[in-house]
Amino acid sequence: MAAGIDQSGGVEVLLMGNEAIARGALEAGVQVAAGYPGTPSSEVVENLARVAEKNGLYVEWSVNEKVAMEVAAAASFAGLRSLCVMKQNGVNVASDFLLHLVGSGVRGGMVLVTCDDPGALSSVNEGESRHFARMVEIPLLEPGDFQEAKDMLPWAFALSEEIRSLVMVRSVTRMSHASGNVVLGELPTEKRRAFFSCESNVFDLDHGPLYSTPVIRKHILQQERIRRVREISEKCTFNRYEGPENPELLVITSSACTLYSKEAIHLLGLKDRVGLLKLGTTWPIPSELVTRRLAAAEKVLVVEEVLPFLEDHVKILAAETAGRIGRTQFFGKNDGTIPMVGELNPDLVAKAIGSILNISYEGMTPAYEESLKAPTMARIPQREQTFCPGCPHRASFWVMHEALALDGRQGFVCGDIGCYSLAAISPANGYDTMKTIHSMGSGTGLASGFGKLGPFGLDQPVLAVCGDSTFYHAAIPALINAVHHKANIILVVLDNGGTAMTGFQSHPGLGVNAMNEAVPAVNLERVCQTLGARVEVRDPFDLQETRKTLNRMIKDETGVRVLIMRQICALSPEKRGKRLYTVSVQEDLCLGEKCGCNRLCTRIFRCPGLGWDPAKGKAVVDEVICAGCGVCALVCPAGAIQRQEVAR
Amino acid sequence: MKRKERLQKDPYNIVITGVGGQGNVMASRVLSNMLVRRGYRVTIGETFGMSQRGGAVMSHIRVSPKAQWSPQIPRGKADMVVALEPVEAIRVLMTYGNPKVMVLINTRPIYPVGVITGELTYPSLQEIESTVKSLSAGAWFLDATVEAVKLGNPILGNIVMIGAVAAMGELPVNRGDFEDVISRTLPADKLEVNLQAFDIGAAKIERQYF
Repeated sequence: MAAGIDQSGGVEVLLMGNEAIARGALEAGVQVAAGYPGTPSSEVVENLARVAEKNGLYVEWSVNEKVAMEVAAAASFAGLRSLCVMKQNGVNVASDFLLHLVGSGVRGGMVLVTCDDPGALSSVNEGESRHFARMVEIPLLEPGDFQEAKDMLPWAFALSEEIRSLVMVRSVTRMSHASGNVVLGELPTEKRRAFFSCESNVFDLDHGPLYSTPVIRKHILQQERIRRVREISEKCTFNRYEGPENPELLVITSSACTLYSKEAIHLLGLKDRVGLLKLGTTWPIPSELVTRRLAAAEKVLVVEEVLPFLEDHVKILAAETAGRIGRTQFFGKNDGTIPMVGELNPDLVAKAIGSILNISYEGMTPAYEESLKAPTMARIPQREQTFCPGCPHRASFWVMHEALALDGRQGFVCGDIGCYSLAAISPANGYDTMKTIHSMGSGTGLASGFGKLGPFGLDQPVLAVCGDSTFYHAAIPALINAVHHKANIILVVLDNGGTAMTGFQSHPGLGVNAMNEAVPAVNLERVCQTLGARVEVRDPFDLQETRKTLNRMIKDETGVRVLIMRQICALSPEKRGKRLYTVSVQEDLCLGEKCGCNRLCTRIFRCPGLGWDPAKGKAVVDEVICAGCGVCALVCPAGAIQRQEVAR
Repeated sequence: MKRKERLQKDPYNIVITGVGGQGNVMASRVLSNMLVRRGYRVTIGETFGMSQRGGAVMSHIRVSPKAQWSPQIPRGKADMVVALEPVEAIRVLMTYGNPKVMVLINTRPIYPVGVITGELTYPSLQEIESTVKSLSAGAWFLDATVEAVKLGNPILGNIVMIGAVAAMGELPVNRGDFEDVISRTLPADKLEVNLQAFDIGAAKIERQYF
């Protein structure tokens, strides 16, 4: 692991799916990689950035996914192999350029890696990028295990160069963030020289300018390419069948579901009765291979996560080849055999196969199942997600809550994407202030709209929040809109000094880039001021001063105001493990339930570093958990929580 | 009990569970790399990102002489549960437990916010012990965090637990595998304290077990 993804070939190592993808790109000779961080995709660019200098790569965290794709495309236009990486909804952001890039085509091999999040383990949506491949007509590849996650990249780059089109490789959380054994291939030594050859005419694919026009001619060209991909995919070794020649049931699957399906067949002991067709090229699908397998089975189950994508395309093919495949009964999403939401696992696939073949599958014995009904089990406390101890967002939301309560007009916060989304996922984390959450930058955009509803009677204060990285990514156009239209809003930028949620990746506000080089920082407050907003900067740990400032800004109802709440993330490498204060409870001052504060510190403030001693009826500080931010000392009305500055 | 030189099952399924921030991911990587070093195929399934923020976290480790198993252990199929936090052991057993599972538990609770606010209650350690024993073939309790704090950093609780896992003898891994893996992973100045943590965990199991 610490060896980096650029160690020499031939050895077998344990790699995370995202590390395997990054290694595969290195083996393919990628020279430029760009992305925007987003779980579960971030480690691909991160790992490439770590080895960039040594391997002569250029790697950047772009301002957003659309720009990342443009940056990578430029490298491809100049003949280099390039990679762009994003999570599922990042493809939405990039999709306008994506559509036009397919029109123009590429030169050096270019691969788009998207990591989807079925089950929304770290997302506020269950969106899917697979549909984009069909929609814009580019090849879609999906690795079925960790070795393939690596091996697929060189194949994808070669395919991209052969057809001169962008190729999409799609992973999912359980592939990207899972790990497995991978045998490494060799790293290339040759480097290409970048040159954008563009002096010829638009029909010269090697030396002309790159346009998506003339549209119809370019569209025909792309559809010819896809027909070629269909032919190539027939012989692609990422498409494999295992099982009896004429199975009772044919399972067609791809991605992480390959591993679930294999395991489900194993759990049910059905190796001799169920066949597994595992596809690595999922759009376009290899028609001949799939038709041959459909012809050999009467029952077919398509196993995939979230919406029926593969299932639809298999069924279209079945309709086209009905004469050859004969009578076929399909199972999958549309008939309810496989759930259409959430991620799958071996149990769900085993149940689905079992329901078709009339085999019951229970993972647990009835006796063990019975023992789980003991009263203790029902009392195991749920563990809801919460801001970390020492998290500046807790203080920031405390301030916003206090200020809005003091104002008394039922003001609200329009939420955005980052750790602070927890204020919507578990509203008590944000003291019930956050009332909307959508896509990146949408908090400011929505606020811009709410801020124009005054003439229609809306007199609630309108706050939007966004993190520092989100500000650069998507909030700036919305802020421009709000300023230009004199929307009556306050944008609170929760500036914690990095892209904290995904692991402290750099962003344009910082003086360092993905490769750890010094770069010019784009100053947050100056951007806001230049756009015409009035700007204040406060430390949210200074609860009183920040609250006063916010109330003053709420009262001043003219146009756009920006309050930057600046305090570095508690988990950031420079802060982690360093306490500002030693915090303790002075027991004689804590009046407990008799205080009248309604246990403000533990019941309302909700920091995991605090606790309640039921025997004494007093608050306590959990010294293992407490991060020493000292904010709770400011919250306690009795002055019982005391903080002492840690000497440096 | 003698250390087993081969895995007793294919796959052998381990769950490492705890609360975000306890070093769950690192523990699963270290143990898995120790097994890869012994020539096994290992799959780790885990989630991180948003789920890490104070929530319950779980790593699934599937070990096999030859196959790459799925990143999710099927219901009822855990062979060993390593809990960095006590109630998380029960939570895992409720989905992955069976009468043959072995359980190692760090006894230091991290109270869920719902417990801190008073909306929920946290079971007593005695109740956790008797429940885990009723749901497993055997349970071993260690004050790993207490020992880690003595070493200067509560996060080392995860390594104390790895030392304990190795000393159980169920897996064909030893101190040499651990030393090899962490010397490739950690800066040299962190090596000694991690080895100490490992040895403390191993000694605790040897005292209870042998």
